[in-house]
Amino acid sequence: MSFITKPKVSWSGQKKNALGMTLNDYEGGLSTLCAGCGHDSITAALVQAFWELALKPEQVIKLSGIGCSSKTPAYFLSGAHGFNSVHGRMPSVATGAQAARRDLIAVGISGDGDSLSIGFGQFAHAIRRNLNVLYIIENNGVYGLTKGQFSASADPGSSNKKGAKNLNQAINPVAIAITLGGSFAARSFSGDKQQLVPLLKAGLMHPGCAVIDVISPCVTFNDHVGSTKSYAWTRDHLHASSAADFVPPATEIIVDYAAGETTNVELHDGSTIRLKKLDPEFDPSSRSRTLEYLEARRADNEIVTGLLYIDAEMPSFHDIAGTAQQPLTTFDFDQLNPGAEALQQLQKNMR
Amino acid sequence: MTTARSASKINNFVIKIATVNGTGSASANGLLMKALFRMGIPVTGKNMFPSNIQGLPTWYEIRASKDGYNARTGRIDVMIAMNAQTYRKDLAEVSPGGYLIYDSTWPREQQLQRQDVTVLGLPLAQLVNDNFAGARVRTLMKNIAYVGALCALMNIDRATVRKLLEETFAAKPKLAASNLQAIALGYDYASAHFDCPLPVQAQAMTATAGKVLIDGNTAAALGCLYAGATVGAWYPITPSTSLMDAFQGYCERYRKDPHSGENRFCIIQAEDELSAIGMAVGAGWAGARAFTPTSGPGISLMSEFIGFAYYTEIPIVLFDIQRVGPSTGMPTRTQQCDLMMAAYASHGDTRHPVLLPADPGECFTLAVQAFDLAERLQTPVFVLSDLDIGMNDWMVDELVWDDHYRPDRGKVLNDEDLADMDKFYRFMDSDGDGIAYRTLPGSDRKGSYFVRGSGHNQYGGYTEDATEYQQVVDRLTDKWQTACKLVPQAITHSSGSPNSIGVIAFGSSHGATTEAVERLSAEGCEVDYLRLRAFPFGAEVQAFLDQHQSVFVVEQNRDAQMRSLLLLELHVQQDKLIPILHYNGLPIPSDLISDRIKTHLQSEAVA
Repeated sequence: MSFITKPKVSWSGQKKNALGMTLNDYEGGLSTLCAGCGHDSITAALVQAFWELALKPEQVIKLSGIGCSSKTPAYFLSGAHGFNSVHGRMPSVATGAQAARRDLIAVGISGDGDSLSIGFGQFAHAIRRNLNVLYIIENNGVYGLTKGQFSASADPGSSNKKGAKNLNQAINPVAIAITLGGSFAARSFSGDKQQLVPLLKAGLMHPGCAVIDVISPCVTFNDHVGSTKSYAWTRDHLHASSAADFVPPATEIIVDYAAGETTNVELHDGSTIRLKKLDPEFDPSSRSRTLEYLEARRADNEIVTGLLYIDAEMPSFHDIAGTAQQPLTTFDFDQLNPGAEALQQLQKNMR
Repeated sequence: MTTARSASKINNFVIKIATVNGTGSASANGLLMKALFRMGIPVTGKNMFPSNIQGLPTWYEIRASKDGYNARTGRIDVMIAMNAQTYRKDLAEVSPGGYLIYDSTWPREQQLQRQDVTVLGLPLAQLVNDNFAGARVRTLMKNIAYVGALCALMNIDRATVRKLLEETFAAKPKLAASNLQAIALGYDYASAHFDCPLPVQAQAMTATAGKVLIDGNTAAALGCLYAGATVGAWYPITPSTSLMDAFQGYCERYRKDPHSGENRFCIIQAEDELSAIGMAVGAGWAGARAFTPTSGPGISLMSEFIGFAYYTEIPIVLFDIQRVGPSTGMPTRTQQCDLMMAAYASHGDTRHPVLLPADPGECFTLAVQAFDLAERLQTPVFVLSDLDIGMNDWMVDELVWDDHYRPDRGKVLNDEDLADMDKFYRFMDSDGDGIAYRTLPGSDRKGSYFVRGSGHNQYGGYTEDATEYQQVVDRLTDKWQTACKLVPQAITHSSGSPNSIGVIAFGSSHGATTEAVERLSAEGCEVDYLRLRAFPFGAEVQAFLDQHQSVFVVEQNRDAQMRSLLLLELHVQQDKLIPILHYNGLPIPSDLISDRIKTHLQSEAVA
């Protein structure tokens, strides 16, 4: 249960980052999600990413909407302020918080129901504004908390636990992010920490809206034959693909995807999903090529993972708004208030 | 009775101008009103415009009142009937003994004549067409020409008009010249053909010293500016849009870094009201003074987040510039119809402080107070204005600012405070006033906590425990008691005579109610008047109800929402509160209030 504090265990010899902090220092409360939930793997990857980047927890704000995914901000970075908002509205809260405190790093955690149904509008407009936020969609194709309804990302033809088939088209958040003019679109898999951690780091450092769609199987409601978003219990298959790397953005943001391999992930119910790692030659700077590629791979039932599109030069929310570099909350009152005389002056044309 | 009331027509008249929207009549009407104001005559303008860009009928009412009354009266002394489409209706509206001025370029049906109205025809289009080229210029100048005619007919000072035009077109002397020519055309024709001035006329006086003409949305925007609000999020909606437009304008002027050009503000046009309030909530949580201006339909959409901010105790300010509902209703007409919704917006047990400005002057002061209250009480605070206050020009005392003012940021712990503490618990009432201490994002990790709309205990942790849940919502009730003491008190105008009749009004009904109460008093019927300035109600409201046998509750909605709120929140017999309701979308006229009170009292006397 989320109100149970996770005991902090420390022992000598724990690795420390540049701030002298251990991985434990980046953890949060105990997860109340189902045992084996893909979301917990993403949480672990986030802890790793923050630790590796040596960010102070209080430099970060973590926000979410409603749903299983949206519970996860409670499970990492207990030293950061967290915000569990209303369903589908995380982006607006993140926008307001960014407006007030542009010095803080915003991490928004959402799900496929939260972002692709009830919050589709806010998801779209966060991208359109190029809001400075790492926007993670923990995507399992299903509504877990309300017990297994299809979500908008469920693939057509996939079936639910009771065997009913989904006949609607799936909304693909990555393709949406790219067509909306997003500046950063990536996809990964919750079980692929080696790929996910560098992507998260890149997303955290990206000056704009970094959308990462993380396929994160629901162990309870979407973990059966017929599901296209099942849990990968055999991590070994993923390890077969090469490790990704993240170079801090002193020069440029590069995520190295050496492999062009396709990986069959065998699921514990015997079904498989095919993940396609991007070719090293893949150029994530062209919207049209990426969309074409995604579509071609989709025809072969492959889910492409990796950094699919990036434009780190695109003006961010703050560039567009012209917000002061100094956080708005830190101005002295005198710098905000024009004073009595100005008020008198400006009323001269009201006579 | 009506005639007796308005015996003298000097500096005591209503001009109504009927035009077509999109023809530039707004500037002509503004010019006319400002000229009267500059002559020292108290004046108010009421714009009755369609929800349309161009081509539909629109009216503007200017009331000059030497006594300073600013409400509508139900009288029209001079009608400027420039719109042939509405001519019949406009003529019918003129009060007996009044005047109708029309464009006689085109013949008018004789059967529309009224014997009790003096009809004056001026060939305005002809005059303008003979002197100006270009369709657009002719349309605009025709409006200026009627101002010129009124200068002659109503003794409006031509030099003042000239000065106003020269000020307006200081940078465009050519335009000033053509406008002055149009004034002369109207003036000369009227002087030559009619016995000028009419008995309905203006005479210079000195009652506008220290006053300004300002609309409530501009004043509220100034309030936000002066309160130090830095984040404004909104979705365009009539009639609140001009509030954010004004805020933007003032920020561009006063909040840009003189060297870098950087903005010390962030205005975000959201994708909808759901998002606009989310942005305000996010900014309020992060420690900015944040607000969102909207109207009724926006509040409907924002309700989920309003309850969230109530329960998670995040300060935000909402401006509801009310318009006619339900649903889309009449977006360009006024009502006081969102009171009940604002007071209890959102599901679950929720209640919110609602401030009730009566004019643009109070839009300024109460806007500032709303930010202080929101941060002191850590809760959403409403400023409930309406279209009449928000979009019409009112004459009010010049806005003044005290440079000693410092914002009340409420109970916020900084890193030094945290260092002195053993442990920080977000929702614990340590002072006994129902208000807990908060920390802001970015503060030391010792002060971090998790905002959640789900059940939480006083330590800030998630809970589904019966006792823990109840402890928090009970504290919110304690906080409400604190709010009762902090919100602006109601103002009582006692008649001084022992009587048992009271009147309660609020917001834009105040001007009309004041006039009605004074009129009744002049006629020997003394009543006490209490003007509400906020919800929750203070002890003075209960006392007023206790002290009077009958209390009229004046409001601009169909369902007597304020009366219901008083019945719900205070101890009062239902039949003691007599509703006086006006809800047709036009600002409430003062005659309606005094007439209804008199009728009621007479019928009671008979019974």
